[in-house]
Amino acid sequence: LLQYYSIIRKPVILFLYFRCLLPVSGMSSKRKYSSDESEPEDDEDGKTKTRRNEASDVEHTLESLILRVGKKSKSPVESNLEGLASVLETDLPNYKNKLLKILCQQVVKAPSEMTVYTTLVGLLNASSFNFGGEFVEMASRMLRECLKSCEFDDALSCVRFLSDLVNCHVVESSSLLAMYSAFLNIGNLPGVRRVQSDWYVYAVLSSLPWVGRCLSATKPAELNNLLTVIDGYFSHRDKSYLSMLRVWSTDNPHPQEDFLECLWAQIRQLQSAHWEETLIVRPYLAFIGNLSAALQHALPPIEPNVSEDDVNHYPLPWVVYRMFDYADCPADMSLLPGHHSIERYLLEEQVTQILADNHLERKVCAKALVAHPHYDKLPLNYIIIEVMFGQLLNRRTPPYLEIAYGSLLIELCKERPTTFPIILAQTVQLLYDRLDTMHITCIDRFASWFAYHLSNFQYRWAWDDWLDCMQPDKDSNHPKLWFVREVLAKCLRLSYYQRVCEFLPETFVMLVPPEPKPDYRYKSENRQTENPEEDIVGIAESLIMTIKAKSGIQEVVEVLKRCPKPSDDLDDPDVVTNSIAIDVFTQTLFFLGAKSISHSFSALAKFHTVFRALAESEESQILMLKSIYDLWRHHHLMLILIVDKLVKSQIVTCRSVANWLFSVDMAADFTRMYTWEIMNSTLKKMNKHVLRLQTELSDVEEKLVGRAMSEVPSDIQAQAEALQERLEQAQAEQKNLFLIVFQRFIMVLSAMVTDTGPASNSPSWNRVVHERLQELFLVYNQQINRYTTTLENLLFTSDIDEHIYNVFQQYKALRS
Amino acid sequence: MEKGQTSVALSKYRDQHFKGSRDDQEKLLFTSSTLYIGNLSFYTTEEQAYELFMKAGDVKRVVIGIDRFNKTPCGFCFVEYYTRRDAENAMRYVNGTRLDDRIIRTDWDVGFVDGRQFGRGRSGGQVRDEYRTDYDTGRGGYGKKVDKNMMDKTGDSGSGFKAKQHWVR
Repeated sequence: LLQYYSIIRKPVILFLYFRCLLPVSGMSSKRKYSSDESEPEDDEDGKTKTRRNEASDVEHTLESLILRVGKKSKSPVESNLEGLASVLETDLPNYKNKLLKILCQQVVKAPSEMTVYTTLVGLLNASSFNFGGEFVEMASRMLRECLKSCEFDDALSCVRFLSDLVNCHVVESSSLLAMYSAFLNIGNLPGVRRVQSDWYVYAVLSSLPWVGRCLSATKPAELNNLLTVIDGYFSHRDKSYLSMLRVWSTDNPHPQEDFLECLWAQIRQLQSAHWEETLIVRPYLAFIGNLSAALQHALPPIEPNVSEDDVNHYPLPWVVYRMFDYADCPADMSLLPGHHSIERYLLEEQVTQILADNHLERKVCAKALVAHPHYDKLPLNYIIIEVMFGQLLNRRTPPYLEIAYGSLLIELCKERPTTFPIILAQTVQLLYDRLDTMHITCIDRFASWFAYHLSNFQYRWAWDDWLDCMQPDKDSNHPKLWFVREVLAKCLRLSYYQRVCEFLPETFVMLVPPEPKPDYRYKSENRQTENPEEDIVGIAESLIMTIKAKSGIQEVVEVLKRCPKPSDDLDDPDVVTNSIAIDVFTQTLFFLGAKSISHSFSALAKFHTVFRALAESEESQILMLKSIYDLWRHHHLMLILIVDKLVKSQIVTCRSVANWLFSVDMAADFTRMYTWEIMNSTLKKMNKHVLRLQTELSDVEEKLVGRAMSEVPSDIQAQAEALQERLEQAQAEQKNLFLIVFQRFIMVLSAMVTDTGPASNSPSWNRVVHERLQELFLVYNQQINRYTTTLENLLFTSDIDEHIYNVFQQYKALRS
Repeated sequence: MEKGQTSVALSKYRDQHFKGSRDDQEKLLFTSSTLYIGNLSFYTTEEQAYELFMKAGDVKRVVIGIDRFNKTPCGFCFVEYYTRRDAENAMRYVNGTRLDDRIIRTDWDVGFVDGRQFGRGRSGGQVRDEYRTDYDTGRGGYGKKVDKNMMDKTGDSGSGFKAKQHWVR
C-alpha cells in the first residue's frame, strides 16, 4: 500500500487513492465490522448505515496502517512515516479521537518501536498544534493512571515516550525537566520507601539516553542540576539487600552491581561522551526542518501519589548479571560494549524486550533475536546468552518457565549452528569454573538446565574436563561436586541407568548415581525370626498374598492387625496405627506398585481408606513418608511424585511433609536437589490452594457487586460465606506452614555447633542450608510479605544467631 | 494470528474413531488439557515422560499407549495436565524437542477414555508402524509391511522378534 506513496507524494492524491481502495477491501471488512458494532437503525434511505460502515472501515484501515508503520518493509521507515502522516493529517478532523486512542495504545503496546511513533506524533503536531496538545494530555493521563494502578512497566514506557517527544518538538524541554524534578523529589517526601523512590529515579535515568543530548543542548544548567540531585540520592542510598540478590558471592571477575548504580555509572559515562550514542534509531532526524518549526506543549503536572499501601507492588531491585566481557568474545568482531557503556544497557533492554514480546513462540523468538539490526555488527549473541542466563539464574523466580529458556536456547542453536553451541559450551565451562562462589539457588537452576540441554544433545560433553570435582579436598556439598552429582541425577531421571553408564567415561565411575531400584525391607532374605508373632517379613508376605488375591480391604486390615507393637508404642491392641504396621503396609503396597507410577497411584487409590486410617496423626504421616523414602530413596522422581500424590489425596498434610524433610532421618539428603523440589512443590501446592479459593471467592463476590443484600439469592450469599470461611482457614494453614518451615530452619542452623549428626560442622553443609533459607525469602516473598511482623516478633528476634538475623534484615531491606 | 497462538494451534489430525461431529471434536480440542505424544521409543517409560512434561506444569497422569495384542508399549502416550494453560506450555516448549533421545511431537487430544490407549494398526501397534519403511531401533526395527515382506521372502522377520524380547529394560 505505502509503496505507492514514495512515487506520488501529494497528500490529496494519496488521500483519494486511499479512499478508492475502500470499496475493494470494503466487502469483507464490512461484514466483519458491522457485526462488531450494533446494527444501526435502518434509515428510510439507508444512508446512515452505509456511512457508519464506511467510517468503521476507514478506522480499521487507519489502525492497521499505524500498527504496521514500524515493521520492516521495503521502503525506509522515514518514507513510510511521511506517507502515513500525510494520510492521517487529512483524516484528523474526522477521526481524531480514534487516532489519539490508537497512538496512545502504541505507547505501551509497542515500546520497541517508540521512536517511530514519537516521530509520527511529532509530524502530526507540526501540522496540527491542537492534535499534539490533546495527545500530550492523553499520554500524561495514561501515565498517571499507570502509576495509580501500579503498572510500572507501562508507566516506564510512558515516561520514555514523553521524553522522546522533546526530541520531536512536541514537548517543551523545561516541562520535561520539571517532571523529572518532581520524580526525583519523591525520595524527599515523608514515609516514602527506597523501593518506591528508586523506581522514579530509574524512570528518569533510563529515559536520558534518548533525550540527554537534546536537554544538554537546550537546558544544560538545569540538566546538570538534575544530575547533581541524582548524585546526592546515591550518596545516602542503602544497598544492604544486595547480598540477597547476588548470584556469586564474589566480585571476581565481574562485579555484580546494583541495577540503579550500574545505570547511573552508564549515564555518567554517556554524559562524558557528550550524550552521543549510536544505537537508538531516530527517524525524527529526517524531519528536523519540519519538526523544529512546530510549537511545543507543556506537560501537565504529574503528581504521583506514593502511598505505603502500594509498597508491595513496586518492582524489587535486581543485580546486573555479567558473565562476559570483551575478552570472552571472538577477536574478529567489534568489541563487546563495556559494563558501563550505555550501549550495553540499551542492547540488554532490547534483547529483554524481544524476549518479552515473543517468549510464547520460541521459533519466532529465536528468529527475532538473530534478526536484530546489530546482530552481525557486534557480539550480540553473547549478550543474548548473558541476558537469558541472567533471567534463568536470578535468585528470585525467572520471568518465564525454565523450559522456555531451555527450548529457546535449542532453537538458537538450530538458527545459528556454528555459533550458539560454541557460546553455550563456553558459558557452561565458565559457570562451572565459578561454581565455588555461586549461590545454591543458581547452581540448582544451572544443573537442572544443563541436564535438560544434554538430553537434547545425546548427553555429549567433555566430562573429563571436570575431573577436579572429585578431588579429595571436596566434600559432597562442595559446589562443583554437588553440581555434577545433581546434573547426573537429573540426567538419570530424563533417561535411564544404562544410558548414564554409557555416556559417562570410566574416570567418573565413582559418580554414577545408584540404580533407581526400590529397596524393599521385607524381602524373604531379610527374615529375622521364624516366630510368627514377631516375623514381620511373614506378615508382609501374607499382605502381598491377600492383595494379589483381591480379597478386599477388611482382609488387608486383619493382616495388619497381626503386626507386633514396637516396644515404645503404648496403643491399645485393636488399633492398627502403629509404626510397624505403617511401615509394612506402606512399603509393601508401593513395592507392589513399583512397576510404574500408574501402578503406584492405582495402589494408592485402591487402598485409600487404609492409608487414611494409618495416617491419622502428623506423627504417623511422617512415618509413612519415611517408609516411602526408605523404599525409593534411589529413585528421586518416584519419591517426588508419590509424596505429591499423598498430599493431593489429602492423606498427608503439607505440614507433615515440611516436618519430615527437617527430620533427623533426612539430614543426610537435606541438601540434595530433590529434597528442595519436594519442599518447593509442597509450599507451592499450599499457595495454589489459597489462590484457587481466592479466585473462587472473587468470582462469587462479583455476582454480589452493586446489589443490595435483599436482592441477592440466599444460596449465593451462603456460598460466598462458606468460601470466605474456607479461604480464611486455608490462609491460616498457609501462614502456619511458612512459620513452621522458618522455625525449623532456625533450629537446624542454630544447632550446627552442637549437632552430632552426619553433616555437623561441615561448612559447606552450613552454607547450603543458609542459602536455602535465603531462597525461601526470595521465591515466596509475595506470600511472606503479609507475615513480616509476625516473623519479626516470633522468630527472627534479635537474640538468634547473627547470620540468620542478617538474612531477615536483608530481606526486609529489599522493600525498605 | 494472535500473538502466541501458532504453537498451540490445532493440527489437521482428527480422530476418525471419535463419537460425535467434527464440531464436537474441535470444541473438545480447544478446551482440552490432554496431549497426545507421538514418536516415542517403545522403551520410554512413564517416569521419563513425567520428568520432561512436569517442566511445563503439574501433570495429572500419563497413559502409555500399548499394542492391543501383546500389551507392550507401542510408541505413543497421553499426558494430561490439570489446567489447559500448562498443556499449552507443553505445546510451546516440549513439542519438537527430545525425549529419550528422540524428537517427539505433541498434539491436542480430546481426552483419555479407556480404550484409547491401544494402537489401531492391523498388527496391534500404531498405524504409522504398519507402513513405515525405515529401520528404527526404538520402534521395533522395520515397519510391519517391510517385516512381512522380509518374512515372505526369507522366512525371517527383520526386527520385530528382537524388539519384544528387549522391551523391559
